[in-house]
Amino acid sequence: MSKGTLFDKVWDLHTVGTLASGQTQLFIGLHLIHEVTSPQAFAMLRERGLKVLFPNRTIATVDHIVPTENQARPFADSLAEEMMQALEKNCQDNDITFYNVGCGNQGIVHVIAPELGLTQPGMTIACGDSHTSTHGAFGAIAFGIGTSQVRDVLASQTLALSKLKVRKIEVNGTLNPGVYAKDVILHIIRTLGVKGGVGYAYEYAGTTFEQMSMEERMTVCNMAIEGGARCGYINPDAVTFEYLKGRDFAPHGASWDKAVEWWTHIRSDADADYDDVVVFDAAEISPTVTWGITPGQGIAINQPVPLPNDLPAAERPIAEEAYQYMDLSPGTPIQGTKIDVCFIGSCTNGRISDLREAAKIAKGRHVAEGIKAFVVPGSERVKQQAEAEGLDRIFLDAGFEWREPGCSMCLAMNPDKLQGRQISASSSNRNFKGRQGSSSGRTLLMSPAMVAAAAITGQVSDVRSLLASQ
Amino acid sequence: MSQVKTVLGRGIPLVGNDVDTDRIIPARFLRCVTFDGLGEQVFADDRAQTHGQHPFDQPQYQGANILVVNGNFGCGSSREHAPQAIAKWGIQALVGESFAEIFLGNCVAMGIPCVTADPNTVKQLQERLMASPEVPIQVNLDTMQVNCGDFSAPIVMGDGAKNMFLAGTWDACGQLVAQADAIRKTAAQLPYLSWSDVVA
Ligand code: SF4
Repeated sequence: MSKGTLFDKVWDLHTVGTLASGQTQLFIGLHLIHEVTSPQAFAMLRERGLKVLFPNRTIATVDHIVPTENQARPFADSLAEEMMQALEKNCQDNDITFYNVGCGNQGIVHVIAPELGLTQPGMTIACGDSHTSTHGAFGAIAFGIGTSQVRDVLASQTLALSKLKVRKIEVNGTLNPGVYAKDVILHIIRTLGVKGGVGYAYEYAGTTFEQMSMEERMTVCNMAIEGGARCGYINPDAVTFEYLKGRDFAPHGASWDKAVEWWTHIRSDADADYDDVVVFDAAEISPTVTWGITPGQGIAINQPVPLPNDLPAAERPIAEEAYQYMDLSPGTPIQGTKIDVCFIGSCTNGRISDLREAAKIAKGRHVAEGIKAFVVPGSERVKQQAEAEGLDRIFLDAGFEWREPGCSMCLAMNPDKLQGRQISASSSNRNFKGRQGSSSGRTLLMSPAMVAAAAITGQVSDVRSLLASQ
Repeated sequence: MSQVKTVLGRGIPLVGNDVDTDRIIPARFLRCVTFDGLGEQVFADDRAQTHGQHPFDQPQYQGANILVVNGNFGCGSSREHAPQAIAKWGIQALVGESFAEIFLGNCVAMGIPCVTADPNTVKQLQERLMASPEVPIQVNLDTMQVNCGDFSAPIVMGDGAKNMFLAGTWDACGQLVAQADAIRKTAAQLPYLSWSDVVA
């Protein structure tokens, strides 16, 4: 059993009591909701005659269904419009702050909460979305939950949970040029497997993470869930405090000093006990891409699609399924695979630093013929900042489309979808069959810079060769 | 609130590891404000691609209520639409090698037990259900056994969830709400609530 970790401390501080089942009743400091997983929860509340207990601890936005081209209301998709209206009404009826399209603060829920300073160290955070793990970048314990649990948080501001074990994932050293936070997490997942983290919270530690910006840390924590871990976190430090200082909902004045003191105090102790420790060397991580249908089916850019015999027996059936679905032959290099669509965006890689890295590759170049490439900023603030820096011009001049913020083709609940068997280079987080809107569509996950490189060359390419020729 | 001690009926095997929630219910079906109707759309793309050969379409498994799966079932998104779709199709219990955590939590909150068994047991169950789909199958949380015809094997479930099913307290909402005073007390001890009220 872990002892003295940030996870243990935050868990204890938020424990309301022990339920008859033996589970912990855990207080949730910040609850984020969106249009997909909340309407049924509000309906359940109404059925039971319950009220929202702490309406000022829930924040709403809309992200999954919003179109990224024509956002005029009513939305062309009547089902999306209905979801939108349900959220508007539920927020209004329950006194919940709602960041709607056009307000200046709307965006993907995991992008806006950090940028508004809502996400803070030491908090417990829940959202009806599996990538809630993102907020762990601040040293928060953040869980993705289902709709019945959204109901529970609305009604009681608590959840019934069993405590997780804690695995420390240490990565040390400096990343090589052309290797990004996305490559680090894809590398971790391909090594530990997509279910390696089940039952664990991941604490990311070591000098590699210490050197990362908050946005890079968010990319890493975002994909903890793809490795099976329900939450991932990084201990708060000077980088965290610097990021938070002055943000809308960050503490100000005298509260700021108290906050920094408390945030420092909840860090994992130097002699904390972990249930497991895994160590990686940053120098060994290459630009990484997925070739299959799970985020664990990743390889270094200069490796071939693995042969069945090179895989552990347990992984062969899903690999066989992947060869067939992806139409990629074992033993062939992934580099040079022709691409149809390039998508830069999502809660993994739709932040300003991601757009900056992609723009560096796009600058002065042009998208290859026949490629559809588009950039979807993670939030209205990200979009505004990018435009202030002229990134939109760089992308547009290079032949990318520049869109309005939302989840977009990460899961294609809006009009942005792959068609037929199209294959995409995508900066998002899931390459599941059918994930990007076509039941036979194919997805290769990679860093935003690698997506930009794929757009320019029309094929899966090593971003380092484009960096070198700049 | 009802106790769940045993689920008895007929089984349906679904072979394969890492069956994710996008496959269980593709995202386009999440454009809804209720869970009604999801039962018909469960595994929509997999079913369309197998042209009637998907277990959920095969006549011999219609009316089945116990789903037998392999490893890491339900990985991916937190969408409760996934277990809701499976439940609305008619499933009342799942037996598998392992389940993704959020999926498992969603099932508990819905009163659907997910029990695990060793890979060999799962294989045996799937083979038996393929050979004789009509054979009765029972998941018993009292004895922690699964029976399928003359085959019987131990099953596993976390104590927390098991106690909730046996005591009929799997719907946590009422118990959580009842602790309003303790909740407020815990909240009062959290320093950040005073310095970061989220109301704009
Ligand atoms: S960007 Fe993708 S993963 Fe992130 S919240 Fe939206 S749909 Fe989910």
